[in-house]
Formats: sequence, C-alpha cells, structure tokens
Amino acid sequence: MTLEVLYFAWLRERIGQPRETISTTAATVRDLIAQLAAMDDWHAQAFSDMRAVRCAVDQKLVDLDAPLTGAREVAFFPPMTGG
Amino acid sequence: MSARVQTAPFDLTAELRDFGGGAGAVVTFTGIVRDDTGRMVALELEHYPGMTEAAMSDYGTEAARRFDLTDWRIVHRYGRLAVGEQIMFVATAARHRRAAFDAADYLMDWLKSRAPFWKREIAADGRADWVEAKAGDEDALRRW
Repeated sequence: MTLEVLYFAWLRERIGQPRETISTTAATVRDLIAQLAAMDDWHAQAFSDMRAVRCAVDQKLVDLDAPLTGAREVAFFPPMTGG
Repeated sequence: MSARVQTAPFDLTAELRDFGGGAGAVVTFTGIVRDDTGRMVALELEHYPGMTEAAMSDYGTEAARRFDLTDWRIVHRYGRLAVGEQIMFVATAARHRRAAFDAADYLMDWLKSRAPFWKREIAADGRADWVEAKAGDEDALRRW
C-alpha cells in the first residue's frame, strides 16, 4: 500500500521534510517506524527515542501497535503542547 | 458549538455575542503567551490542519455530553504570537455555574496534551526551542 507520512515539530526538522509518500507492507505503526528508521540517518535519529514520538493514523491518535489496514495518512510528532 | 483554528486575534465580545443557548452560566478562559524564561519574545505554534479541528470538535462534543452544556466554543491561534498576546479561548455554557467551570477546566486539560499543537519559544536573539510536554499535563488528564 501507499501511505502519506507526515511529520511535525522537531520530527519534521530532523527528517528534513514535512511529508513523504511511502510504499509499504507494514502491518502496524511499529512496523512502519522500523522501515522508516532504516531509510537513512535522519530518519533513524528522528525515531531514536520512541518515548518522545506520538502517532496519528488518518488523523486519529493511536498507539504504536495500531494496525495500518486501510490507512491513507500516518503522522508522527512529539507529545502535543497546545493550550 | 464550534471549534476554530486561526492566526488572527479574537474578540471576546464578538465571540460571546449570541453564545450560550439559553444558559444560566457562561465561563470563559483565555490563554495568554507568557515568558517563563525572561528572554522569550514570542511563541511560534504549529498544528496539524484537519486533525486539529476534528480533535477540538471531538473534545467539545464530549464536554457537552459530560457536563450537559448548552453551548461551547474553542478558538486556538497558531503562527507567531508575541508575549502578552492571546493564544486560545474556551467558552462553556450550562444551566449552572459548576458544570460550566468544570467543563472549561476539562477542555483545557484535554487541549493542552491532546490537541495537535506544538509550541516553540523564540528568544530575543532569534534562538528557537521546542517546548516539551510536562508530566503534570498528563497527570491532569487522569482527574477526569
């Protein structure tokens, strides 16, 4: 499947782009992260501390074991600081 | 009952015109950009367009159900906001004040750590540092 992968805040800065299209067979968010982290040093560094990474699948917050079945958009970002 | 994201400032009087839906109590909270470091000149806020509006709307709907609100409104700004500027606004309306206060408090706790915004502190020398989420923000959610 093909996914739009979005990055926000310091994940976007570390990876060097706000979004990319990724072709993947990943079954879960965790599988997708493993694939992304293996792409290059920038991705590896962005995903080096998973305690600091949150994820949304199709704009809903999920945990890292969430399935990617039918997903179109996956976003990665640090813990949110609104309000 | 609405949630908005915008760069422009908001006007409290205008926001509260026609707000309430026949309530006996309206509570508003306005967040202001403050400098905790003594060298910050502005905050820069980034958000996740689409998800932000949907998340704020979901929390508003949940607050309405939980506290029996007659109306609610959330306005959150993004972009560069100088120290002293408004950053966000929550209004809740209920038949009685306790529910309106509690709902505003509930919404603020959820927006702080579950609405997809990220803040960066801009110092006078141009240096920019991402604001880290506080453990206390996460603890605050457990109250509900």
